[in-house]
Amino acid sequence: MNGSLNQISSETISKLARTACQVRQRIVRMVYDGGSGHCGGSLSVADILTVLYFHVLRIRADEPLWPGRDRFVLSKGHACPALYAVLAMRGFFPDSELKMFRQVDGMLQGHPEYGIPGVEAVGGSLGQGFSTAMGMAVGLKLKGLDQRVYCVIGDGEIQEGMVWETAMAAGHYRLDNFTCFLDRNRLQGDGRTDEIMDIEPVRDKWLAFNWEVLEIDGNDIGQIIGAVDRAHRVDSKPQMIIAHTVKGKGVSFMEDVASWHGTAPPTEEELSIALKELKAAEEGVG
Amino acid sequence: MSERVSLREAYGNILVKLGRERDDFITLDADMCGATFVEIFRQEFPGRHLRFGIAEQNMMCAAAGLSTTGYIPIVNTMAVFASMRALEQFRTSVAFPRFNVKVVASHQGLGVGNDGPTHQGIEDIAIMRAIPNTVVLSPADRVELEAMVRFMLDHKGPVYLRTGRLPVPNVHDGSYRFSLGRWPIIREGCDCTIVACAVMVEKALDAAELLSSEGISAQVINASTLKPVDEEDFVRKVAATGSVVTVEDHTTIGGVGTIVSDILCKHHPMPVEKVGIDDCFGESGSPEELYEKYGITVEEICKAVRCAIDRRDILRSGI
Repeated sequence: MNGSLNQISSETISKLARTACQVRQRIVRMVYDGGSGHCGGSLSVADILTVLYFHVLRIRADEPLWPGRDRFVLSKGHACPALYAVLAMRGFFPDSELKMFRQVDGMLQGHPEYGIPGVEAVGGSLGQGFSTAMGMAVGLKLKGLDQRVYCVIGDGEIQEGMVWETAMAAGHYRLDNFTCFLDRNRLQGDGRTDEIMDIEPVRDKWLAFNWEVLEIDGNDIGQIIGAVDRAHRVDSKPQMIIAHTVKGKGVSFMEDVASWHGTAPPTEEELSIALKELKAAEEGVG
Repeated sequence: MSERVSLREAYGNILVKLGRERDDFITLDADMCGATFVEIFRQEFPGRHLRFGIAEQNMMCAAAGLSTTGYIPIVNTMAVFASMRALEQFRTSVAFPRFNVKVVASHQGLGVGNDGPTHQGIEDIAIMRAIPNTVVLSPADRVELEAMVRFMLDHKGPVYLRTGRLPVPNVHDGSYRFSLGRWPIIREGCDCTIVACAVMVEKALDAAELLSSEGISAQVINASTLKPVDEEDFVRKVAATGSVVTVEDHTTIGGVGTIVSDILCKHHPMPVEKVGIDDCFGESGSPEELYEKYGITVEEICKAVRCAIDRRDILRSGI
């Protein structure tokens, strides 16, 4: 166990775990209200985004383009309900916007759009957000700034060729200000990653591209905090945190079920069961 | 006319000149420093150039990211890679968020010559014009190129600028002023207008000269802003001539011929003849051999002008 993780109080971890449950409630409600969207992959990254937005990122909700901010890019943009939920909860825009997710004249597009307060880049055309985030890390480093860039990519996403162009460049430029999470939930749109296009050995791939690789349970708040802490101390290398997660995490009937990748919404009854389970989980946090 | 210099070479020298004037832009390339002549800039400003290896898609998105950190990134590669290999990256990560990224592409059309069809970008105008939020520029000479590079750096938003591999003479003099969307008249004339783009402006001027010996007075216009186009300004310039011939080293589908036809159909219908690549790929060969084989010559332009004038006269006589 990593040293500084011990300095994180159990109270902080519990508070973040409760926040993650609230993020999840917003996710399922948003997809229900929107009539479509991706529940599974949003729920799998909810803990990572909660830790980043409520514990790690140096950002200002009242000044989204504050020049001194850290950057976060959700390259697996279909998980944007998770991103919109944390941004609303951090005060970047009112919670009421979530009701207009995917609706005409609404602000919150089906995939992240630049211009939404707090959204740093377009995401959703897989591979592109990762590369754009890498460009941000290059720019900040060239300017000699100490800001960091964080990015979440999907496990299916790394089947895209340009991910490896980006991986190679990040290693080449020794981007130690670039911390990424691989959401290893083992499912993609059409089924299991190992059946559709096997990405293993995934750890070796990133090591071979000169990245520092960490591996954690990506639904464990304490482990996420610990991994970010270790990543910050890596010198001269970008860091890939392979986060083993459960797709649909937190909602029993969505967990590890490929069909909840997207884009059919939960029915009214499913929504009510999901919210009940998530509220119970929130209350059950120690 | 002045000495001939390829626009890609002129571009490298212009970058160095501007690099001394301002420090807000950086250049990016994908193993094409030599071919795009950005090497001249890199030599002088090694700290302001980023290499991406043979990886145009990553270069395009990285430019998007760089633009959010206060730099003006200029992506440099050949037209086929800029407009096709990295197209979706440009569309979604640069044009959609209107990031301040500039793309400078060399190697257009049959003018690429011996490298053959894989490297002859014959579709880039059609492709890049279809992307919203994008300015598309194609200068005819180095006077216009420098003015356009200056505009490009001052303009906030995505710009696609074409250079070129073939040496070209200057067709504008020192009095040239770039005005976005307005096509300069290079030669006055009253019987027909030849609208030419990039390396074809010189051929259009040669054709106009030849036609004058037959008593045909052809106006030559340089279609150097491909998007946006000031439609009223164009109609004002061509209305009196009553017929138009377009000339481009590009497929006639979606290029200058299409732009002109679209504008005239809407505002001022008149006969339009198109000289360009007729919906086919090129092949290896010298540029002049290819222009001959694919029908993009001074003679073909003259023929098209006579045809356009005949069509105009038939229309005017009401037959």
